[in-house]
Amino acid sequence: MSNFTRRKFLKVTGAAAAASSALTFSSFAIGGAKKKVVIVGGGIGGATAAKYLKMMDSSIDVTVIEANKDYYTCFMSNEVLGGERSIDSIRFGYTGLAGHGVKVVHDWVTGIDAGKRVVKTKGGKSFSYDRCIVSPGVDFKWETIEGYDAKVAEKIPHAWKAGPQTALLRKQLVAMRNGGTVIIAPPPNPFRCPPGPYERASQIAHYLKKHKPKSKILILDPKDKFSKFGLFTDGWKRHYGYGTDNSMITWINGANGGKITGVDANSWTVSADVEDFKGDVINIIPAQKAGKIAFMAGLTNEKGWCPIDGKTFESTIHKNIHVIGDSAVASPLPKSGYAANSEAKVCAAAIVAMLNGGKAPQPSYVNTCYSVIAPGDGISVAMVYAYKDGKIIKVKGSGGLTPSKFDPEMRAREEQYAHSWFNNITADVFG
Amino acid sequence: MKRKLALSAVLIAGGFAFSSSAMAETPSAAMLGYTCAGCHGTNGNSNGPATPSLAGASKDYIIEVMEYYASGERASTIMGRIAKGYTKDEIKAMAEFFSKQKFVPAKGQKFDAKLAKKGAKLHDKYCEKCHAEGGTSSEDDAGILAGQWTPYLKYTLADMQAGKSHVPKKMKKKMKKMKEKTGDAGIEQLLNYYASKK
Repeated sequence: MSNFTRRKFLKVTGAAAAASSALTFSSFAIGGAKKKVVIVGGGIGGATAAKYLKMMDSSIDVTVIEANKDYYTCFMSNEVLGGERSIDSIRFGYTGLAGHGVKVVHDWVTGIDAGKRVVKTKGGKSFSYDRCIVSPGVDFKWETIEGYDAKVAEKIPHAWKAGPQTALLRKQLVAMRNGGTVIIAPPPNPFRCPPGPYERASQIAHYLKKHKPKSKILILDPKDKFSKFGLFTDGWKRHYGYGTDNSMITWINGANGGKITGVDANSWTVSADVEDFKGDVINIIPAQKAGKIAFMAGLTNEKGWCPIDGKTFESTIHKNIHVIGDSAVASPLPKSGYAANSEAKVCAAAIVAMLNGGKAPQPSYVNTCYSVIAPGDGISVAMVYAYKDGKIIKVKGSGGLTPSKFDPEMRAREEQYAHSWFNNITADVFG
Repeated sequence: MKRKLALSAVLIAGGFAFSSSAMAETPSAAMLGYTCAGCHGTNGNSNGPATPSLAGASKDYIIEVMEYYASGERASTIMGRIAKGYTKDEIKAMAEFFSKQKFVPAKGQKFDAKLAKKGAKLHDKYCEKCHAEGGTSSEDDAGILAGQWTPYLKYTLADMQAGKSHVPKKMKKKMKKMKEKTGDAGIEQLLNYYASKK
């Protein structure tokens, strides 16, 4: 049975197969053929989608293709840098997904044929699909910083994809002399995890204050403002002397020459708009774009991100391919782990409904993002999102930041909730 | 003829759009419930250490607490900000979703057996009447206490005692009595008891 006729058949039988308003469907095979969903990328978006597809309709054949055997979460990797958490605590495998009946294939995807609906891998395999989900995370625009590339990143880490890069940066911080300078160069918007670079500065400052108090952190930023700005700078004042002559953290914004243009890995020097800076440890987080496979599959727009429909996350370029997570243009949803998790569920629900001949259900999305400025000092931002008139919108009156007035009891609770958030989201994705 | 066709097309499109958006107003219970998992665990069973499990709570209990969060009558770090994002119907649907899930007691919570024993007595005396069956029951719209993450219970009781969160009348009385008798030690014993229930 060809895909076309099968689809047509699905459409017809779908009417009879009462589209339930609940998200769970009783399994019914059509002509004995199982419905196939192939997921490219086993990060937060891809793994969540796989698990929830199985939870909603166990009859669907779900395959995740992921290059790595382990996934290291980007979120909470800053606590590894701060010495508050082990690298093993942010590592997750795929046995949980297998337990839900998801097929996990460790291979590189080399192409997606949207016409024939086939995913091809480096290992020489082909996977046909009824629906494909692409969740490749971000890729870097290396060319925006002269002298920086994947090879140089083995010496001067980005640590924006967690794992060996995180371990390298941590090792360099531990090896650094007391009195050294750590340079952090955050990217321009838009990028994965908007508060991340500033939580990173906080966590590194926490480590240095404890072990190498004469050291300094220099943030060279192309931007003039950043996520949770008031909360971070207030935290830096309270913990790290920010704003005084003796501040551990200095932030140079774009207006004051903070934008970096190049790096010389031999002399450990970064060139910024106005002057050059030497660092003992340098962390460059380059400008970002959609993950590589999104480009190979022709899913990107002129800005390098993937346009989608917010109700289904189906690409507006290629039918039957859905893009979720950091690569998708899902604004006002941010590029965060929680957003990827939330998008994956909306996408899975839409796919299950459509594969069963129904219509994509009304979505609901949430983002919750915690940052830990220092042990016992957690902050957060949250927002509830809805789908209205063909667009994802923020629900008015909802969400927002931790109150700016410092309340030690509430900040301690927020840290507890930050760690609960980590335990729960990782269990929801990989458990 | 052409005009008539165009008109009927508009009517059909308009009618369709109206009914689908009217139907689409409230996402399904599962759609809403799934969004909470990042903090409260898959199907509302939290992996802790502090965020409470929602699974198995009564529908009316969840609705009431969410309304208190949204209005500020219940203190919170983040829940007030989130609760404000939902309509009454959405909160109802969410509550229905969690009330249908099975509560799984918190795993791996440490407790002191001696304190837990004392806490059991305090529970019987001051709490059991509403939080029945040793605090495991959600009947009569009582929150499940046994096997709940205790940092959350601690925060909630502290906020209630400080007058930052709404307290039901009967509970206010009992809490006052218990505090007079046992001071803060009583709360610690109660929490150890709830942590001991696996």
